[in-house]
Amino acid sequence: MSGLEDLYREIILDHYRTPRNRGQLEVPPAHKVEGFNPLCGDEITVYVDTDGEKVTDVRIDGQGCSISQASASMMTNAIKGRTFTEISELTRAFKSMMSIHENEIGGEGEPGTDSTGDAPAAPDGVRLGDLEALRGVVKFPVRIKCATLAWNTLAQAIDEARSDGGASPGSS
Amino acid sequence: MTTAAELDVAAVKADFPIFDRCCDPDRPLVFLDSAASSQKPRQVVEAMSDFYETTYANVHRGVYRIAEAATNIMEAGRRTVAGFIGAPRPEEIIFTKNATEALNLVARSWGGANLGPGDAVVLTQMEHHANIVPWQILAAEKGFEIRWIPVRADGYLDLTELDRLLDGAAMMSVTAMSNVLGTIPPLDAMIAAARAAGALVMLDACQYVPHLPTDVSSLDADFIAFSGHKMLGPTGVGVLWGRSELLDDMPPFLGGGGMILDVTQEGFRADAIPAKFEAGTPPITEIVGLAAAVDYLGELGMDRVRRHEVSLTAYALRTLTERLGERLTIHGPSEPADRGGVLSLDLAGVHPHDLSQVLDQHNVCVRPGHHCAKPLMRVLGVGATARASLYVYNDESDVDALADALVDAGEFFAF
Ligand SMILES: Cc1ncc(COP(=O)(O)O)c(C=O)c1O
Repeated sequence: MSGLEDLYREIILDHYRTPRNRGQLEVPPAHKVEGFNPLCGDEITVYVDTDGEKVTDVRIDGQGCSISQASASMMTNAIKGRTFTEISELTRAFKSMMSIHENEIGGEGEPGTDSTGDAPAAPDGVRLGDLEALRGVVKFPVRIKCATLAWNTLAQAIDEARSDGGASPGSS
Repeated sequence: MTTAAELDVAAVKADFPIFDRCCDPDRPLVFLDSAASSQKPRQVVEAMSDFYETTYANVHRGVYRIAEAATNIMEAGRRTVAGFIGAPRPEEIIFTKNATEALNLVARSWGGANLGPGDAVVLTQMEHHANIVPWQILAAEKGFEIRWIPVRADGYLDLTELDRLLDGAAMMSVTAMSNVLGTIPPLDAMIAAARAAGALVMLDACQYVPHLPTDVSSLDADFIAFSGHKMLGPTGVGVLWGRSELLDDMPPFLGGGGMILDVTQEGFRADAIPAKFEAGTPPITEIVGLAAAVDYLGELGMDRVRRHEVSLTAYALRTLTERLGERLTIHGPSEPADRGGVLSLDLAGVHPHDLSQVLDQHNVCVRPGHHCAKPLMRVLGVGATARASLYVYNDESDVDALADALVDAGEFFAF
């Protein structure tokens, strides 16, 4: 079916069928934040264990569509063992992959800015790896929120972990 | 059109320009999202543009001729709407922005004046958030209790404890047709029980008035709320009908121009209904459009509309079950006579959001999500459903297209 293969790449369906790092972590010491997509009812819970500098473990709970679940699953693989700085760069890279196109669609493009065609390189050469498979989502603007839900929730969990040094359970 | 026993869907469809002009030249638009908002017939669009082009002026204030004409046309619209739902008096029709505002008006005005600690308001578990949150906001202020009539797994209300739930309740505010399950509760029996308990009754008739003949006198409710945009009319106008004895005693909801008799530095005197509840410039042209929509539905005949939807719903239940089998769950009553044409679908292994995306590739419009009924979603144990809803311009070919698209989605996501 035309177009759909761009959205539902095989690797996305694979992560949807077999999500990685699913489950829960004990709170505390883990931080737990719930994220909602009020439009479609997707709910995601992100658990992170940190050592003050790195995410040492991560789990995802909740339910949602293939895009939100696959994005969350790929995210866990990409961030486990990474430092907060690395994760925030990765998050920025991922969100820029999503948002450049979002602007393009919303603003109908500035004359003279060529933002079509190949996606720009992620900032500072951050490698998105498998997450590249989600690039097709930007052609389906209503689904962008699905893809970014886990990332926004993660950012909140890490903020909470950083601000209280790693003890009490977070909430949203 | 009025003489034939059955609805002439092809003729109806021809009145809706969108089916000719929308989006995909290769594939017809299969619009199955009327429960969210209906399409508009040419007659409504033309009534509104004619009004703008020939008669538009603000109402109730001018002495010049078009201002007077605009006022008369708007007030004729009020009488049209009153006639459509069997309201004894046109001034019992309060125009709001939508059903949500109508429900908030009653909660805030009647509830604010009458509810306090020890009181109870009875809702069902299948309410739209518009008939939940206004009561919750008020309950937090006034300290009354909210009680819930349970919904069974088969989509019917569980009324076994109704009398106990109503005991001491001041208000029963319930949906007249669920926007998720299509369930039409046994309104007569429920209203009789509420009356016996001394409770007032409000019906969220947002999904009812567009689809079934409605007669507020025989329904014996105290308030009903609905939206113009779900019944072929424009957005921006909704209706509250209430018994004049109640409306007369209720304090104003919004304050401003148009709703007062006098204002001094010390205070104000509110005007009589309907003006009391229509502060500010009303949605004048939208009221004109709504009246045209009501005339259009009246021409079709609401009995005929209901028969069409019952038989199309029966066809849909049968066809979808045959084509999709065990893999498809259709929430809500299995008996078409007990429900409206709202089909909440669950295709095993395919999230509703993904399902709706694949359906869109077939130009089939359905809605994924919680449909503003999260408490019900929790009862059903689902996060979301994909909802297909039927109306006057849908026929069996739309159901067949939905079935084809569902089969395709099932294959695409086959594990
Ligand atoms: C049963 C029910 N109640 C209330 C509403 C709210 O209607 P509106 O958004 O037009 O105010 C809707 C529409 O979504 C509905 O289906």
